[in-house]
Amino acid sequence: MLVMPEPDRVVLDRRAEIVAALQEIVPGEGVIDTERERRAYECDALTAYRQTPMVVVLPEDTRQVVAVLRYCKENGIKVVPRGAGTSLSGGALPLEDGVLLGMGKFKRILDIDAPNRCVVAQPGVTNLAISHAVQGQGLYYAPDPSSQIACTIGGNVAENSGGVHCLKYGLTTNNVIGVEFVTMDGEVIRLGGKFFDAGGYDLLGVLVGSEGLLGVVTEVTVRVLPTPPGARALLIGFPSVQGAGDCVAAVIGAGIIPGGMEIMDRLAIEAAEAFVHAGYPLDAEALLIVELDGCGAEVDHLIAAVEKIAAAHGATTVRASQSEEERLLFWAGRKAAFPAVGRISPDYLCMDGTIPRKEIGAVLLRMKQLEAKYGLRVANVFHAGDGNLHPLILYDANKPGELLRAEEFGRDILLLCVEVGGVLTGEHGVGVEKRDLMNAMFDAVDLEQQQRLKCAFDEQSLLNPGKVFPQLCRCAELGRMHVRGGKLPFPDLPRF
Amino acid sequence: MTFRPSSAREVAEIVAAGAADKRALEIVAGGSKRGFGRPVRADATLDLSQLAGIVNYEAPELVLTARPSTPLAELEDVLREKGQMLAFAPPKWRELLGSHGTPTGVPTLGGALACNLSGPRRVRAGAARDFILGFSAVNGRGEIFKAGGKVVKNVTGFDLSKLMVGSFGTLAILTEVTLKVMPRPETECTLLLHGLSDAKAVDVMARALNTPHDVFGAAHLPEAAARRSRVGDGPVTALRLEGPAPSVAFRVGEIEKLFGAGDRLDAEASARFWDEVAEVRALLPEGVVWRLCPTPSFSPRLVETIQQILPGAEAFYDWGGGLVWLSLPEAGADAGAGFVRAALQDGHATLMVAPEFLRETVDVFQPVPRALAALEARVKQNFDPLGLFNPGRMRKGV
Repeated sequence: MLVMPEPDRVVLDRRAEIVAALQEIVPGEGVIDTERERRAYECDALTAYRQTPMVVVLPEDTRQVVAVLRYCKENGIKVVPRGAGTSLSGGALPLEDGVLLGMGKFKRILDIDAPNRCVVAQPGVTNLAISHAVQGQGLYYAPDPSSQIACTIGGNVAENSGGVHCLKYGLTTNNVIGVEFVTMDGEVIRLGGKFFDAGGYDLLGVLVGSEGLLGVVTEVTVRVLPTPPGARALLIGFPSVQGAGDCVAAVIGAGIIPGGMEIMDRLAIEAAEAFVHAGYPLDAEALLIVELDGCGAEVDHLIAAVEKIAAAHGATTVRASQSEEERLLFWAGRKAAFPAVGRISPDYLCMDGTIPRKEIGAVLLRMKQLEAKYGLRVANVFHAGDGNLHPLILYDANKPGELLRAEEFGRDILLLCVEVGGVLTGEHGVGVEKRDLMNAMFDAVDLEQQQRLKCAFDEQSLLNPGKVFPQLCRCAELGRMHVRGGKLPFPDLPRF
Repeated sequence: MTFRPSSAREVAEIVAAGAADKRALEIVAGGSKRGFGRPVRADATLDLSQLAGIVNYEAPELVLTARPSTPLAELEDVLREKGQMLAFAPPKWRELLGSHGTPTGVPTLGGALACNLSGPRRVRAGAARDFILGFSAVNGRGEIFKAGGKVVKNVTGFDLSKLMVGSFGTLAILTEVTLKVMPRPETECTLLLHGLSDAKAVDVMARALNTPHDVFGAAHLPEAAARRSRVGDGPVTALRLEGPAPSVAFRVGEIEKLFGAGDRLDAEASARFWDEVAEVRALLPEGVVWRLCPTPSFSPRLVETIQQILPGAEAFYDWGGGLVWLSLPEAGADAGAGFVRAALQDGHATLMVAPEFLRETVDVFQPVPRALAALEARVKQNFDPLGLFNPGRMRKGV
């Protein structure tokens, strides 16, 4: 049961006055007031949790963002920023007493600078639109979350989005080189730019992945890279998931970093094959897709090397793509894995933990035991190169109690990830979904230190409260240094 | 007074015990970067040299955990044995920082991270900050805390790891760090193009970096720098290619087709050349040294502007123009800060090498606008409320 911060009655009672004040700042259709229209914003892609926001504001420029945030700060009103609303962790879940700040009108690409390999875009530009804008110059933007056709670069910055290529090319944080953002105080701050390594504290590094808790991004500068001249994919079937996992370790151990490396388990293979007919081997317990990119000489060289490693690890099927069409077909099944699973089950929950790769076999075995315990099935797809698991828990929301069982199953999987040395989320974010599990990974001191950072940006906790941290922080308490009356953290120690 | 703790717990105890007296600490691992940044005025030294060694290294996981005082040389040897490396290849800058006689000491992992040091591969591979996965540290309250994780992909909680890198020990005392490591390329080759002007060279580097041939190093040495490093009698532009042998051979050929034939340095000579570049050996060994990060395409004009003001100024370019090393033989009372920063326009300028009195009076790091300075001060306050760690190292009071 998800508990959100208690709505502020005083704010709710002032609703009409607040709406009027916001309309002064953002005229015309930029303030959405009617219940029916507000309901369109009640959830993001984590649809299990819904809440109609108090009011939706769609600013058009930085000046309006500043004015909205200043007004909200002065009046103690909570703000939830939102991009395209594709978060899988509930990062953009509205608050009953909060302003939902939609950044969808920030849709312009401001500068394409090929000599400096960067693009400056407003936050509402989609991830894919950036690549499209520079493809004529042989460049592209590397992070490619599966929602890239819809998700925005501003949302990518908030969530530090990944994708299938991040082992080789990095996550959002490694490809964003500058931002302009507005603090809850209404201050406009620029970090980084077209140059390397902004000096001073790496605040850009913490802003990326801060899930909308630190500031509202109004402009993003991303690094773009030359498009690899070619790519080929290998389809490799194994009689066991362990075999596939060992093969992945051996590929990396041989010094090869593939552009993409994915594992699917039997249920995922069957679902995908039935859906897109990619020619996946149905006798395999695990399927490994390895993509090598680069110049022709390099790709052919590496394909041969990976084929040899696969054979040595007991692969039962090894097929290399012979054409671009075939490469895309190999990927089609993987990319359709989620909808394919949607065909065999009315509902599913998509989990997102990361584990040390060597634990893949053991973790899958434990997942099998949990399937029996909860009476639910799991289809597994992984970003194998970086150990990022996406178990899909199949359930039927119409059967009483199944959603609750699926959620408990999911919680057990994430705790298992932490137990074997991994983490709660590899790329989807904590949001509200994994918020209450943070204590499994971090102790009280760890979480306090993170929340103190939040206090430096937003002292009253007005920006996206109720996300990421299990308890709302009180900055005044966190800021107190416990050196009163000689009472120190280690009072029994001698003073040096 | 010097403390030499041998565990995170002892570090925490030392910090906590000194808190009541607001005892400020200069935090030192190997001590080789003491001359970088503003001089620290502290009441005692916290020598972390006992916190050394690799804690865990699993090559197939691409993950390494080590203590801060692990010498970079030791780390590199261990990685090389498994065919791996630190992709950001941190420079050591011993001669560079030694030119004013201050630093001795051993370059360590902790120092490289505290200063966010990245070598010539940074132009494509990323900086030190891109390869830190997690850490444990002691904050200014004497509390041990951790953040991040020990796997290569993680977005759980705020990414405090990035904040630690480049904070010059002013936020927390690292006691353990986990890094992403990468395979070493099978071989490398560097193509040297001769005779290009600075403007032409920066253009060639940009175009080369935009080809799909994976250029992982792009530097330009104007005539004086080229002569000093003995790679040519005139200006030299260097492009580095890495990877499997057949791939490197093909790509060097393609680059030559685009930009004309040049001299090819084999793997050993190539590695030596880039070590020269990383260690800034081609620069005039006198006067003050600035490290400039402008918008890459602007760098030739930046250098030209500075040389019009001070004809004796010498420069060379790395990161395709994104990094300019500048030496000023007679810079004046502000070490040239006034005209260097005025010429820079966008980006940042760091006073790398200068006598202590200049590093005390001149802004060593690029000044920032008021709102950002206030935010930085609040961040500092939230990690180290009493200002105990490396006071003054980055800015007055930070």
